Amino acid sequence: MSETPEEPLGPRRVIGTPSTAPKAVDTQAESSRPAFSAEPEDLKHAKNAERLVAALFVLAFLAGCGFIAAFIGIEVGQNTIPKGANAVVAATRSNFALGTCLSIALLALGAGSIIWVRQLTPNIEIAEERHDLNSAPEDRAAFKRDFAEGAAISQITRRPLVRRTMLLATAPLALAPLVLLRDLGPLPQTDLRHTVWRKGLRAVTLGGLRPLRPSDISTPGSLITVIPEGYQSDDDALAKAGVILIKFAPGELHIPTNHDGGAVVSTMNWTIDNIVAYSKICTHVGCPVALYEQTTHHILCPCHQSTFDAANGANVIFGPAARALPQLPLMLTSAGFIAAASDFTQPVGPSFWERG
Amino acid sequence: MSDDAVKIPPAVSGVGGWLDDRFHGAGGVRVLMRKVFPDHWSFMLGEIALWSFVILLLTGTYLALFFEPSAAPVVYHGSYTKLDGLSMSQAYQSTLNISFDIRGGLLMRQIHHWAALMFMIAIFAHMTRVFFTGAYRKPREINWLIGIGLLTLGMLEGLFGYSLPDDQLSGAGLRILFGVFEGIPIVGTYLMFFLFGGQFPGTAIIPRMYILHVFLIPGLILALVTAHLFIMFHQKHTQMPAKGNTEKNVVGQPFFPYFLLKGQAWFFCIFAALVALATFAQINPVWLYGPYTPLAISSASQPDFYMGILEGALRMMPAWEINFLGHTLSLSVLIPGLLIIGLFFTAAALWPFFEQWATGDKSFHNINDRPRNAPVRTGVGVGVICWYLILLLEGANDVIADRFDVPLYTVTWISRVAFFVVPVGAYFVTKRICLALQRKDANMLTHGVEIGIIRQLPNGEFIEEERPVTEEERAVLESKHVPAALPAPLETDANGVPAPAARGPLGRARAIANRCRSPPLSRVPFSPILVLYPSGILRMKSCASAIRAASSTMLSGTSGCPYAILFRTVSLNSTVSCVTLPISFRSESIVTSRRSCPSIRIRPSFTSKNRGIKFTREDFPAPLGPTNAITSPGCTVKLMPCSTCFVSPSLS
Repeated sequence: MSETPEEPLGPRRVIGTPSTAPKAVDTQAESSRPAFSAEPEDLKHAKNAERLVAALFVLAFLAGCGFIAAFIGIEVGQNTIPKGANAVVAATRSNFALGTCLSIALLALGAGSIIWVRQLTPNIEIAEERHDLNSAPEDRAAFKRDFAEGAAISQITRRPLVRRTMLLATAPLALAPLVLLRDLGPLPQTDLRHTVWRKGLRAVTLGGLRPLRPSDISTPGSLITVIPEGYQSDDDALAKAGVILIKFAPGELHIPTNHDGGAVVSTMNWTIDNIVAYSKICTHVGCPVALYEQTTHHILCPCHQSTFDAANGANVIFGPAARALPQLPLMLTSAGFIAAASDFTQPVGPSFWERG
Repeated sequence: MSDDAVKIPPAVSGVGGWLDDRFHGAGGVRVLMRKVFPDHWSFMLGEIALWSFVILLLTGTYLALFFEPSAAPVVYHGSYTKLDGLSMSQAYQSTLNISFDIRGGLLMRQIHHWAALMFMIAIFAHMTRVFFTGAYRKPREINWLIGIGLLTLGMLEGLFGYSLPDDQLSGAGLRILFGVFEGIPIVGTYLMFFLFGGQFPGTAIIPRMYILHVFLIPGLILALVTAHLFIMFHQKHTQMPAKGNTEKNVVGQPFFPYFLLKGQAWFFCIFAALVALATFAQINPVWLYGPYTPLAISSASQPDFYMGILEGALRMMPAWEINFLGHTLSLSVLIPGLLIIGLFFTAAALWPFFEQWATGDKSFHNINDRPRNAPVRTGVGVGVICWYLILLLEGANDVIADRFDVPLYTVTWISRVAFFVVPVGAYFVTKRICLALQRKDANMLTHGVEIGIIRQLPNGEFIEEERPVTEEERAVLESKHVPAALPAPLETDANGVPAPAARGPLGRARAIANRCRSPPLSRVPFSPILVLYPSGILRMKSCASAIRAASSTMLSGTSGCPYAILFRTVSLNSTVSCVTLPISFRSESIVTSRRSCPSIRIRPSFTSKNRGIKFTREDFPAPLGPTNAITSPGCTVKLMPCSTCFVSPSLS
């Protein structure tokens, strides 16, 4: 027990420190670099490794052939697969076969290469000298001299008129690409302030394009998404004009009064038969608000969870939206259908600089 | 030329000669073949990004052959019968066709998407490794900036890429993009009307994103990747600290054949992993989302992960909006959508320059730091990672709320608090861990490595055997590089004049930043190695034996009472220096436990229950120079030069 072992005991290696396994480090100058032997030390081990690498490469070859076979053999698409077969299943099957073959081929190539470089090549390190990145002082001085000389020959410092007019000449040309970009789109003007809603434009359901009578929304607590009639295929219009209709039980709806330029305005008369219409476009960044909780009358935007209280003027009660959902004034057409009494009185959707 | 070198076939050598006649390439290519590539696992991370990018180019080219970047409406009558008869854009229809009607199309689409994720993950991982090892330091600052440019471009490229199929999910993403950017003061609405060719959604955005996605941004990425690699090539690789590695050399294996083979192996492995993911893990099943319509939305709408922090920031933000001179300033969009990500990129870009300014370190660095050896940097890095992860998780707050059955608003509130608290906490915890690891290193240097053999001494005490560190370990453990500290905040010279570098508010900020990185001496660990007796110096193998020797002679009251214990300090603001504790001037005895060396404590009144001895600042005279000496009644002990105490510190 008292004898001191020759070999260091205990953890052979401290974590984070290199292995003590000897490596051949070739630090010789290029000219006197000694010849090294590419012959492995352990011939048997090298032979085994060679066989393994070759086997993996053969596997890669076979898998590669399998890929081509799978491509030829497995049809996809409803026009090529047998009538009645499921195109999704065909695509899945093809994807599975092609992907499996390709992954095996690539993995075998990768694994073979790793074994090749780790087991077959001798472990030789070389040390390369770093040279200073900064130039030698004499080079810097020479550069300075040549540069000054060239600048003098070019007359750039002596002829300010030429220099300045040249700079002047480039200025409009530098602006030209920006000017060209001007026609990428129209100016915003008041486009963000208005929607297509106007007096008498009927609200139709998003799915069936059916105009609605107040009696169609019989159950209090339901939410219906409606769009302006005739705009169902105009995405630009729909992206702003989507509206949700919510029916309340009598007495549940409390639309707060607004102080508009001194006059107290209530938008309660914008509702019909306890049906209120709010913009479906979230005032945060414009996702359609879609989730409605009947018992609390909360409308939730699924994108960033802005929550609006539908029973209380759609005011924000949680989340990043800073404004209530704008309310759309409603009226009944002569035939008794729900329609807009006017456009929204304030811009719908996210805030923007010019909104005021 | 050795005997078993390969005989080059005449044909190959002929072609080589033909080329060399025209390009004079033999010399240059030979240098390239012998180019040294240092080896460390973390150096493979950047390579993952490179190979993922190559795979993106390959699969992307294939997809572009079939994809139709058009918003023109069509009615679908294709293989995916669930969408039969629906109106959709040509872009969406062609995506469905690629998935269901083209052999290998689905595989290529999924490889492309997985490769994009892998590309971004690898960029983040590579960036993290470069940050934590300080590989961005002089002369590699430009490459760090290029890397940040690549990260930014990668995010944009990915955003445009996953928006192209015009499915429900990506359309919602574009809607959010429009909503965020239209909030920018003054130019926001114009910017978006120009990009979208009018109001959202319009029909212009898809072809425009397409040309940006397949031509402009990949071109820029390719150019920057090339510049990144050329600069790296020109400046040569950094290397991890190891025996034989110096600032002046680069040790590793030559490009040909090693790196060629390793690079090939790594490329195939990454490609195989991506293909396997594309085969077995479905990604972005756009057919399930349906074509984009402006009024539809689904919950759990998450973007790809690299845009997740934007999403998380938007969700976390409270509703702030102000009216600025009659204009709307939508802070609840601007802060999370632009400011946070802008801060992230700006801070990352400025960090190398900030560090240089704070440390005053203008030297070249080719040997990387071990993360523990730069505790402030590592702490900041971990803090930022935590901050990033909180934003990322908050981006999925609805999913978390659903899966873990936590109220949705609670998740958001937790993240709001965590956003401020966790990064700060993580910074301090990480810094402490780093310092503790440094102490462990210092212990190992001064005591050796515990080898797991417990020995019982004749007096009954148990000790654990130690072996000295090997040369290889020593090279790593002693790799810490700390530039000299700048003047302390408010430090003045004898005439009361503050040091030039510490003048003014900026100078004071700099001094504080510098101090933060290099705490003053009083906080550093000490390890005693020499006991000074009037008759001479007793070298000790470990601090335990030094303390034991000192205390036992003192307790026995012999005249050979030690005058001082010489401590080797492994300090935070100088590599190694020596201080002495003149114990003979104190009357109390010293006892310590051998495990408590780095935090030996001496208390004025010693009781036997005290396991520790606490040093106070006054216990330490200034660090001793080579000629310093300790005088005491009766004799003077001259100290040996400081350098000798760490040339062979722990070996007697």
